[in-house]
This record gives sequence, C-alpha cells and structure tokens, in this order.
Amino acid sequence: MPEHDDNLIARFRQGGQEAFESLFREHQGAVYGWVLRIVRDRAAAEDLTVETFWRIYQARAHFDPARAFAPWARRIATRAALDWLRARRPEDALSDEMLAAVPAAPAADPALAAEIREKTARAFTRLPPKLRVAALLAVVEEQPQAEVAAALGISVAAVKLRVFRVLRLLRKDLERQGIKP
Amino acid sequence: MNRHHQAHQQDRIEEQLRQTLPPMPANAEPARDLWPELLRRIDAAAPEPTFTGFGLLDQPWFDGALVAGLVVFAVSVPASIPVLLYYL
Repeated sequence: MPEHDDNLIARFRQGGQEAFESLFREHQGAVYGWVLRIVRDRAAAEDLTVETFWRIYQARAHFDPARAFAPWARRIATRAALDWLRARRPEDALSDEMLAAVPAAPAADPALAAEIREKTARAFTRLPPKLRVAALLAVVEEQPQAEVAAALGISVAAVKLRVFRVLRLLRKDLERQGIKP
Repeated sequence: MNRHHQAHQQDRIEEQLRQTLPPMPANAEPARDLWPELLRRIDAAAPEPTFTGFGLLDQPWFDGALVAGLVVFAVSVPASIPVLLYYL
C-alpha cells in the first residue's frame, strides 16, 4: 500500500476535509475488510467503517506522522469492532451470515456435521469478545500474528495465548455438549 | 494427556472452527458509498455558530469597549456607580 506524502498527512492532521477524504477513499476498503473479518456481518461492517473513520477524524491530532496510517487505522477499527461485539448479546451474535452454508465438507453424516458446526458456532459466541477476535483473525482468517498483535495492541505471545485459551475453552464446551473433537 | 495428543486435538479444533466459520472474502467492498454518512457526522459535530445579531458580541474587542464605556460613564456620573454595581 502506498504511503502518503507528508503534505497530505499534515493537512489531515490540521482537519483538512479534502485530505481526510483522500485517506478515506484509499483505506476504506481495507478497513471494511478488516472489520468484516471480525464482525462477519456486512451491514455492521459498513456502519463500523464509518465509526472507525469518525474516530480517526476525532483523533487526527494524535496521529504520529512518522508511522504508517494503515496499521493505526486497523487498530482503531479493531477497537470499534470489539466495542460492537461487547454490546451484543451472545444469542444475537450468531447471525445467519455467520452460519452461512459452509463449503460442503465430505462427511459420512451431513446432518451430524451440520449439528457439530452449529454447536461449535454457539460455543464460539459464548467466548469473551477479546478471545473471539484473536481466534477469528489468527485462526479463521489466518492473518499474520504480528499484524493481529498490532491491531489488538498486545504482543505476539499474548495472541498465541489467547488462541490457545480459545481452543481449550471450545474443547471443554464441546465435550460438555457430548462432542469429542 | 501427552503433548502430541494435545497438539493433535488442538489442530482438530482449529479445523473444526475453520469449517464452522469460513473465512470472509478477501476483496470485500462496502455495498454503498460511506463518505456521505461520514460527512454528515462531521458536519453534525461542528460547533454551532452562536447568534448575536450582527456578530459584534463574538468579538473580544467589543467586550473591552463595553467595559471602557462603563468606566467612562461611571467616572462622568459618579451617582450612577451604586446603580451599576446593583445591576452587575
């Protein structure tokens, strides 16, 4: 991704609307894609993209021009998405989009496979949002752990620990439901 | 449970999770233009200009001139001082 000239960043930091629109047009796709990976709901991802850029606009004076814009935006987007996840009730977290038809994996009993998937999804939504986000980005979306760590504002070791906790909690929850992974 | 078995089980849960929640499309784009909505938020948050007739009261110099006028008036008409103090 191309980095911006100092002039654009300086005008953005001073509140220049044209400079902000340039940054928005260039980064909105990446921010939307990142948020979508976390919330897995297209309409919510659009609203959160607006929310992210609104927060970016409000925090423009705090942006360090020596750093890249994209990781900063991703971190703000991650916080906005986490706030959204925290505000939702667990029973609402399982959208139809989240449970959308999974590419049919060969299974001896498709009905059983579907049941296992649904129980896994429900167990996943019961996890704390900060653990869910780490697992979604690092395991499901296979994003580089360093990038996930930067977006969450934690170390790579902490990302690994969160993923480990997710897998352990999922295993226990599934075992309670009579499924042996 | 030995370490090998634990790692194997962890891999299976990871795979189960990927099958349950397939990755989102990498090149996803918003279905609508989000800029107008963002612009509305920026405009809505902009401070409202205060209505002061012709804008004279917005000027710091006007405050100074008003104070100076009152002082001149008080010096010229000392009897007005108690009245001015009453209303201040």
